[in-house]
Amino acid sequence: MPRIVVDVMPKPEILDPQGKAIAGALPRIGLTGFAAVRQGKRFELTVDGEITEQILEQARHAATTLLSNPVIEDVTRVEVIEEDAP
Amino acid sequence: MTAEAMSRKFNIDTVANAEATPGQDLPWAALGLTESEYRRIGEILGRRPTGAELAMYSVMWSEHCSYKSSKVHLRQFGDKVTDAMKEHLLVGIGENAGVVDIGDGWAVTFKVESHNHPSFVEPYQGAATGVGGIVRDIISMGARPVAVMDPLRFGAIDHPDTARLVHGIVAGIGGYGNSLGLPNIGGEVVFDAVYQGNPLVNALAVGVLRHEDIRLANASGTGNRVVLFGARTGGDGIGGASVLASESFDSSKPSKRPAVQVGDPFAEKVLIECCLELFKASVVEGIQDLGAAGISCATSELASNGDGGMHVELTNVLLRDPSLTPGEILMSESQERMMAVVTPENVTAFEAIMDRWAVEYSWLGEVTDTGRLIIEWDGETIVDVDPRTVAHDGPVYERPYHRPSWLDRVQADAFDAEQPTDLRAAVLELMASPNMCSKDWVTDQFDRYVQGNTALAMPDDAGVVRVDEETGLGVAISTDANGRYSYLDPYEGARLALAEAYRNVATSGAEPLAVSDCLNFGSPEDPEVMWQFAETVRGLADACQELGVPVTGGNVSLYNQTGGVAVHPTPVVGVLGVFDDVARRTPSGWREDGQAIYLLGTTKDELDGSEWANLHGHLGGRPPALDLAAEKTLAAILVNCSRDGMIDAAHDLSEGGLAAVLSEMALRFGVGARIGLDELCERDRIDAFTALFSESQGRAVVAVPRSEEVRYNDMCTARNYPTLRIGVVDTENEALDLQGYFNLPLDQLREAHQGTLPRHFG
Repeated sequence: MPRIVVDVMPKPEILDPQGKAIAGALPRIGLTGFAAVRQGKRFELTVDGEITEQILEQARHAATTLLSNPVIEDVTRVEVIEEDAP
Repeated sequence: MTAEAMSRKFNIDTVANAEATPGQDLPWAALGLTESEYRRIGEILGRRPTGAELAMYSVMWSEHCSYKSSKVHLRQFGDKVTDAMKEHLLVGIGENAGVVDIGDGWAVTFKVESHNHPSFVEPYQGAATGVGGIVRDIISMGARPVAVMDPLRFGAIDHPDTARLVHGIVAGIGGYGNSLGLPNIGGEVVFDAVYQGNPLVNALAVGVLRHEDIRLANASGTGNRVVLFGARTGGDGIGGASVLASESFDSSKPSKRPAVQVGDPFAEKVLIECCLELFKASVVEGIQDLGAAGISCATSELASNGDGGMHVELTNVLLRDPSLTPGEILMSESQERMMAVVTPENVTAFEAIMDRWAVEYSWLGEVTDTGRLIIEWDGETIVDVDPRTVAHDGPVYERPYHRPSWLDRVQADAFDAEQPTDLRAAVLELMASPNMCSKDWVTDQFDRYVQGNTALAMPDDAGVVRVDEETGLGVAISTDANGRYSYLDPYEGARLALAEAYRNVATSGAEPLAVSDCLNFGSPEDPEVMWQFAETVRGLADACQELGVPVTGGNVSLYNQTGGVAVHPTPVVGVLGVFDDVARRTPSGWREDGQAIYLLGTTKDELDGSEWANLHGHLGGRPPALDLAAEKTLAAILVNCSRDGMIDAAHDLSEGGLAAVLSEMALRFGVGARIGLDELCERDRIDAFTALFSESQGRAVVAVPRSEEVRYNDMCTARNYPTLRIGVVDTENEALDLQGYFNLPLDQLREAHQGTLPRHFG
């Protein structure tokens, strides 16, 4: 079934304690090639049937109202992916 | 110089540039300064301020940092302190937090602050960083934080926006405090429509230290180095900073709206341990926490409290967002940062401790004796000011105030609704109401017993923590305020808030010692609000003097209003008391069968402003009368009873009166009682309804073991304090049996009491 993927990232100027923690942990396991880490989240909205523009619009609405906190997060992607769900 | 700094250098407003371009417009109004304040900055400097100087003055002269409207009134807290009150005071008002001697070489420091506005915008992070900020105040005094408390005020419980705020704020406090490993030992949760657009999120922290470990934040010693450590500086909490875009024409900046501060409790935990080690190793001369106004506040306060000068290179500040302008760096309120002053010979030792805790730091500059705070950007001077003019000599306003015209009408409107015929239903209604219902749903989300030193916590009268494991020495703290009483009479309301917190501490068995307050009000530019504020401070200062407990510090939060409607004047008063041994604390519920239940104090017909009146949508008349001499005697009785083992339970009477206290004492451990009201009604010439619901002051209910009754009565007689046996603990019957009126099974009472919050928020 087709799915819509929504990516949410903390706003660039907002502190991201989780990303910071990961950035601190990387060199401890010997991975020193990274300057910074930001951690966001990904949602997959599965649709029963064809994805219409109307459904996509609903997904965009959900992304900015329910899936993200607009005060501290940005929605960076709302996109249809074709491959089957695992 | 980095390429980036190079590219921006041409846009930086230097002192030389300010001198060369006197006519250039600056966005002073957008930064919240008035025209006369802006003119005054020009007079102080003898030229127009640079963009960076304007940023500093605007935040440091803001109401929040300068107390410009409240200062003239707050002086009373100092003026009305007697020598006797200073006896236990090691550090008084004016430092990051006051320090109180509790004996055996131990001291405690405590303070309550507001984080109201940030919590409305982003409830979780606003409330979380409120906890973080007050904890850093405690650390900067050299103390180890041991507990926090949160007095909260929300809008109507059934308003759609209230759930958003309750969920976010409660989770934020728990998320930050629990991660720090600090027990949250009490506070308040109040619902009232006046707080709908402006919830009050106050946070109190308490820390302990040895006398010799007290540290004051100042930058003394010319040549000493200034260091910034902890989290990096980002664009957090820069209110109105977008207007500073005039400094820079860089269009690649992130969104320009004020960014919310996001806290990182794990970074703060590291900061606590790191600072305590710095103090222990004596490698710092002074530490200042960075809260409101960030680097502007830390540099100007450190410099003006020390030798008067400081020289800082601002490009040395470690940034999370490299596109920040100098003005933004100075105003940023990024969390989990501290500034310290270190002698040159201790630099290596300081760096070793930083490295050990993996805390980032950067050396910003040094202390000077020039009397000037000089801040450079890549070697060019962008700030050149007398730090005292920034930190201490801000504007002081004698705001006009007058008694509100509506007050006479409100005070004349006494509560005279018809009494309920069914007292049983009335008690159930009261105990299920938003303000009297069980707050377990909130406090269960907070760690109350972590660290293993909590002796009492919510729902007991005061939070009690042990300070010394060997001796049991400890402290009790209670915070209280009744905005409804203060609305009816702000002078009396403030005194009543202090009396209740004082009584709560004594009820737990501790000797009340000191006060911290957080005064939450509407706009000081409204003369009626200003009158409420002036009356509150006068009332609180007078009452502190009468009870002999000094105010050690606190916070004023103004502009708590939406549109033209201010919140009720809400003076949150925290009282700290001391225990020689917390093992003798008095819990708020009875347990032993057959113990006698006594009521201390007398009951009058005082229902104006009460929770019962609130339930019936009425707010008018006069708050209950207060006799502070009686409160002092009552406190002495309660503390002595605890010390001499004369009582096994005690609970003070406040909102909800006797009905609330009997219900709570029975529900605390699920043990019933038989109560008779006849003798009380006869003695005080009141009816049963008034006996149950009146909010007369100076009262407490205690449970006295049979063997102690004679001693207990003798003591009350000796102190000439009225007491009356009103019932007996009954473990057989799990009910509150008000003989001649009703029998209320505890299951039913519990269901009503505990069901309310889960029903609205669960």
